[in-house]
Amino acid sequence: MTEQIVQLKDLYINATTDAGRRVEIIKGISFDIAPGEMLALIGESGSGKTTVALSLMGYARTGCQIDGGEIVVDGQDMMKLSEAGRARHRGATVSYIPQSAAAAFNPAKTLIDQVIEVARIHDLMPAEAAREKATQLFRALALPEPDTIGERYPHQVSGGQLQRLSAAMALINDPRLVIFDEPTTALDVTTQIEVLRAFKSVMKQGGISGVYVTHDLAVVAQIADRIAVLKAGEVQEIGTTQQILHAPKHPYTKELMAAFEPKAFEGFATDTTQDATPVLGVHNVFAGYGSKGSDGMPAALILKDINFDLMPGKNLGVIGESGSGKSTLARAVAGLLPPAKGQIAFAGQPLRPDLRHRTKDELRRIQIVFQLADTALNPNKPIGKILGRPLEFYHGLKGHAREARVDELLDMVRLPKSIRHRLPGELSGGQKQRINLARALAAEPELILCDEITSALDTVVAAAILDLLKELQRELSLSYMFISHDLSTVEAICDDVLVMYKGEIVERMPTAQMRDGAQHAYSRLLISSVPQLDTHWLDALEQDPDIIAQFSQR
Amino acid sequence: MTTLTKAIAHKSGYHINLVGLSSAIVILFWAIVALFAPLLTPYPVGEIVDWDYFGPSSSAFWLGTDYLGRDVFSRILMGARFTVGISLAAVTLACFIGVTLGMVAAVIGGMFDQVLSRFLDAFNSIPSKLFGLVVVAAVGSSIPVLILTLTAIYAPGSYRFARALAVNINTMDFVTVARARGEGTVYLIREEILPNILGPVLADFGLRFVFIVLLLSGLSFLGLGVLPPNADWGALVKENISGLPFAAPAVIYPSVAIASLTIAVNMLIDNLPKKIRDRED
Repeated sequence: MTEQIVQLKDLYINATTDAGRRVEIIKGISFDIAPGEMLALIGESGSGKTTVALSLMGYARTGCQIDGGEIVVDGQDMMKLSEAGRARHRGATVSYIPQSAAAAFNPAKTLIDQVIEVARIHDLMPAEAAREKATQLFRALALPEPDTIGERYPHQVSGGQLQRLSAAMALINDPRLVIFDEPTTALDVTTQIEVLRAFKSVMKQGGISGVYVTHDLAVVAQIADRIAVLKAGEVQEIGTTQQILHAPKHPYTKELMAAFEPKAFEGFATDTTQDATPVLGVHNVFAGYGSKGSDGMPAALILKDINFDLMPGKNLGVIGESGSGKSTLARAVAGLLPPAKGQIAFAGQPLRPDLRHRTKDELRRIQIVFQLADTALNPNKPIGKILGRPLEFYHGLKGHAREARVDELLDMVRLPKSIRHRLPGELSGGQKQRINLARALAAEPELILCDEITSALDTVVAAAILDLLKELQRELSLSYMFISHDLSTVEAICDDVLVMYKGEIVERMPTAQMRDGAQHAYSRLLISSVPQLDTHWLDALEQDPDIIAQFSQR
Repeated sequence: MTTLTKAIAHKSGYHINLVGLSSAIVILFWAIVALFAPLLTPYPVGEIVDWDYFGPSSSAFWLGTDYLGRDVFSRILMGARFTVGISLAAVTLACFIGVTLGMVAAVIGGMFDQVLSRFLDAFNSIPSKLFGLVVVAAVGSSIPVLILTLTAIYAPGSYRFARALAVNINTMDFVTVARARGEGTVYLIREEILPNILGPVLADFGLRFVFIVLLLSGLSFLGLGVLPPNADWGALVKENISGLPFAAPAVIYPSVAIASLTIAVNMLIDNLPKKIRDRED
């Protein structure tokens, strides 16, 4: 039997809460990783996947301690080493690539100095050799201008490049094992492809083993040899990628796969005739940030000549990469960012650009729901008060009537009534997003602007939120404008989809045609970049490099 | 004591810990002393009652006598009126004005914020003692004048502090949601912003209180604050400072009084009662 790179046996990790209570986080996990093998750890947030990955460096986050088990990495039990001994291994035999490369780099130092810093700390090679090595890695990771890119500062490269640079940092000492902690989650789909390809090729060339932590099954399908499915600190199922994807055995794995399967959306039969007035009409809208110039246009113009209509009872998806102006569009419609030019009409009536000039009733009929439920709920207000305010503000409800309505709203979003006394910090991510939605529903709106409301949630939770949205639409005859970078989400809920690129609408099409009916080159590039649950997808994917170059925002 | 805190929690619906409770008792004690001082003093404050100066504690003079042979105990009791009264009134006014304006400036922004901030920055640049000197010389020294002068000196700092905190909260999504709902400025600052900056603002309140006690004694030393024969605690320390080499109680006890009050205010702020939220139903 060949020597395994990682032998994890009966790992137990416990945490101590503020109240002194002990909580078991990891409950007896065991697995092996062979040389050159990539193991993916998947599971929802709180399943312990990052905690397990960090334990391979003999590290547990503050408040947690490794209470049992063997962590043998490259023939050395990390738990039997002193802290100094473990430090010698970190960055040398085991290295780590964090989720946010932007937060992992020091903005005041050049990239090359930071990439070779690890070699200097471990004193493994002279600075000159390290620089040479780094340049080779830059080339292997397909970074542009590999000889000089190291002289730049972190803000001078794009997010995808920065993520590859953090991979170079991890690989400089020729580690035996690399831990990837959701390294592509924060990237756009088109960028994600380049990064995944680069990771895959360097790992294969060096014969390095890896642990890939993520909640995105489609990414895992491309890069992992084996998958371990985690839930509540226990391994539910472990098997080869093919087996997990195509023949899952454990019920939880099946549930996870089901949530990931894109569900086609059948629009609701609406009784509106063809000539009904659109619930939302946006005509020739220009908007941006900064002071206005002599032509009346803001210094940084984001939205350029936006036109679309949204019919009542229909859902419109808006897709595009970060920086394409999707969220700005929602802010312009809500009146948070008054357009410089153009008109926004609601149910045929023109709306004043600035929300301060809109009537209370106009404001009530359009509600906005934000992506991050954490920051969208006041951390110091109990749920009952958060939901009660729009009821009092728009409908003048007080006392018992308001309390009763709060209960109804909680019921509508499938939350128990007892939750009303809790603070937002005491709820889970999915529960917070439901409250966020309930607050919008409290106004009894006709249109809800959903700004990436499922992208911060786990797959299973996001699927439940989408189901809830559909149900509410059926009961309350709402319309949604659904902003997302996740195409399968848009597919699940929208009738039509707008593709945005650099503040312009490049194409509008029915969602059903999205996969194969896209006309514009950019729409096709964007749609083809969405990873699919097929292990050969990335290798088989062929994209025209000219089109990529044309639309890459560099 | 724990049974006491539990009983309080049960009755009022608020939970307070031991440190918070003891601090509150100390503050309450000084407040009562300030209110009833004239009834409690054994000797008139200005009268020289002993031929010996810097006298030790005795049954006649509990906390000894000062550099002129006056009763220190009586002087501390009367001094509480000035220190507790003037300083608390001034710090409350200064923080109320500063924090309110700071939050309004952060929420409204634009020109309003610019003009107000620059004006208060300019105001802040006047040395505080000099400003006090000019005002008191112009209008004369009285307790309302002292309170308003101290308020004017400390409100700009409080404004800056609150504005810096409020600007951060103002960019949060929940404030944007409230704004999109059509809420007015008063609701925004009272319901969305204030609860989220309250902790640091209260800590600032405690610090500012200590600064005001110090400035007040400084003004008294210059003859602009509380006028003799009355004296606030800071002035008591200053006038008896020459007794320090003899460890005279006349200099020790006013210092102890200042320390007990300022520490209690800060400790109470760090350990404020917490509302018990009912999670039963």
